[in-house]
Amino acid sequence: MTSTVAEAAEAPVAGARDAAPRRPSVARGYRFELVKLLCQWRIRVLILVCWIVPAIFVAAVSQQSSLPADTLFGRWMHASGWAGSLVMLGFSGSWALPLLTSVVAGDVISSEDRLGTWRHLLVAVRSPRRIFVAKTLASLTVVLLLVTGLAVSSIGAGLAAIGDHPLVGIDGHLLAPADAAGKVVLAWVCVLAPTLALAALGLIGSIALGRSPIGLLVPALVALAMQLAQMLPLPVAVRLALPGYAFIAWSGLFSSPIQLAPLLISVVVSLVWAVVATALAYLLFLRRDFTNVTHDRSARRAVTAGVLPLAALLAVTVLVLHLSTGATASGIDQGKVQRSIATAFAHLYRLQTKELNRPDVTEAQLRTSASCNRGGGMIASSGAGNDWRCTISWHLPDVGAATGTAIYQLDVSPNGRYIADGDGPQEVNGYFLMRTATGDAPNPLWQFDSVVDLLHSPS
Amino acid sequence: MDTPVAIRARRITKCFGDVVALDGVDLDVAQGQIHGLVGPNGAGKTTLLGLLLGLAVADSGSLEILGAPVGRALAPPDGVAGFVDGPGLYPSLTARQNLAALAALRGLDRRSAGIDDTLNEVGLTDVANDRVRGFSLGMRQRLGLAAALLTTPRVLVLDEPSNGLDPAGTKHVHRVLTRLASHGTTVVLSSHRMDDVEALCSEVTIVAAGRAVFSGPLSKLAAENHDLDYRLVTSDPDAARELISAGPGVRLVEEAEAAMRLDAGVLVVRAQTPALDELVARLVTAGIAVRELAPVVSPLEAAFLALTEQEAGQ
Repeated sequence: MTSTVAEAAEAPVAGARDAAPRRPSVARGYRFELVKLLCQWRIRVLILVCWIVPAIFVAAVSQQSSLPADTLFGRWMHASGWAGSLVMLGFSGSWALPLLTSVVAGDVISSEDRLGTWRHLLVAVRSPRRIFVAKTLASLTVVLLLVTGLAVSSIGAGLAAIGDHPLVGIDGHLLAPADAAGKVVLAWVCVLAPTLALAALGLIGSIALGRSPIGLLVPALVALAMQLAQMLPLPVAVRLALPGYAFIAWSGLFSSPIQLAPLLISVVVSLVWAVVATALAYLLFLRRDFTNVTHDRSARRAVTAGVLPLAALLAVTVLVLHLSTGATASGIDQGKVQRSIATAFAHLYRLQTKELNRPDVTEAQLRTSASCNRGGGMIASSGAGNDWRCTISWHLPDVGAATGTAIYQLDVSPNGRYIADGDGPQEVNGYFLMRTATGDAPNPLWQFDSVVDLLHSPS
Repeated sequence: MDTPVAIRARRITKCFGDVVALDGVDLDVAQGQIHGLVGPNGAGKTTLLGLLLGLAVADSGSLEILGAPVGRALAPPDGVAGFVDGPGLYPSLTARQNLAALAALRGLDRRSAGIDDTLNEVGLTDVANDRVRGFSLGMRQRLGLAAALLTTPRVLVLDEPSNGLDPAGTKHVHRVLTRLASHGTTVVLSSHRMDDVEALCSEVTIVAAGRAVFSGPLSKLAAENHDLDYRLVTSDPDAARELISAGPGVRLVEEAEAAMRLDAGVLVVRAQTPALDELVARLVTAGIAVRELAPVVSPLEAAFLALTEQEAGQ
């Protein structure tokens, strides 16, 4: 190896030696960061997993007789190829996306700490600003690649296994395949906003805490905290001010009319969090001491430059939402629940009628209404709880002026989602199967999910 | 005509919290010079090298590199390359890929970037396509040097460049650095190996507790230094011992002989250079052959120990 030294030492160095190096552009730094990320086996495995596992999951579950009925759209996986992707979306918002962003956004920074390459990189790139931008763009690219994989893979498998059939919306109305396709894609696009917010938090964590596992896991921990918060009876303004609410609010796309306000607010809030957290990460990065990596005041820095500004952002957002929407308390009250379940029942009644080959009726003809209370009227009829009980009444247009009634027990979550469990009569909603011309089929009125619009005030 | 100054630092101070890493350090390095930076661990050498590389900014003082003042922003000055605390390399990439990535980052064309020449220059051609993960410390050091050379620096800053190198590798690196200096590249290196510094550097700066306690040519350091211990081997040790005891300016250091467990024929004498010259003349006149005369520790090492111990004492 050293045999060439003598000659080499005497030889002039060719090529680039004559050309003065230029300041590298962001594009070159971006490419380099992307190559480094994609060289890592764990990132490659993640990409493969995101592009393959959802397809396997959706295809496998679609063939099972038992469906994940506790998940939004899970009970419709046999009916439409679009439902599988929405089940995957719900799971991704809870677990997959926070963990993925942890690995990617956290590692893009902390890998340099682990390898001890910060100084080398800074001397090579000659600008911390360009390093930060390149790393942020590279991690963003990989996150987008992973989310795209989850979406494409689950949609493809659903369509291949079940087909491009109409999808039953969150309020029971039927979405035509083209409409369902557009809204499924839009739902995946919407969850990019909270994903970006988590990725930005990942940047802050890994910059402030370096190689510490806590720094890497910041997005996952924040996502877990937000999930726990969503389970608590928080005021609507607080719920909407959390950057992860868009992971829930996308379901509003599948109601008629669309529950637009919560979705738009949650997406905007997530994007504001993404921008603010990225800016804080940038400032932290510029203030980092690259000559003395062992001498850090990371805990104090993380609090003063990361946690406190974000806590202030949360407080300001809560205040703004409270003032602008006028939303108070839980956002779940008797009127909203009654309106929501009556609408869903009417839509699903039509579906049941169609499947039973009965003459079609319209929602207007049914004139469905609901009467709901909590705890048999012993407690105030508002807020989340599993003690809601509703009596649905509707007109039977083919039986003169006769009306029908059906009972439901409701388990209403603090975020507005509820599961309505039919309590009879048996021929309407009391049994999970119904007899159709082609045999037994799931009864759409037996049990269904819906969502109360937390912001909407019933007229 | 005076040699242009490549680096000029005045009253540089840098603190990390309550720790004063550099305390009013001055540094002048002429263009084309190999300048050594020595000092005990924690003296501030790495911090000073980091400032030269633009990895940190001084809290106060002024720094000029290649005639341009270094600003307050974190960024390496133009024409400066090198590494501190070991070279930063990506273990999952090969040696060639590491250099190619660096060339791409610096906007150099990969084909004409001279990657092969640079690998050849540091003696890594045979392992160019091996992943860095399996490299020894010495190979990493050489690849780090190659990465620095790739950008054609006018100022090369190296922290312990001989760390982990075998004698052949050390000689190799010395040859590369000497050649660069002869072509006008200024080299600033830190090392704990005094033989390295003495072999390479024309000037040194000794740093202790964040302060430059000496800066200048090695010859000046030797001249400023007082008595040194020398190892003396003659044809007649007993006669030499008598001659030394009877003469002025030189004294036998028997405790050193005992401490070093030397052979009976080996003497240790303590003297300044003029007295030593006189002793050699007297030995030869008395018909005693001088077979070996060498300092027990090098003048640089002796000065280093004396200055740093003095600083620590204060």
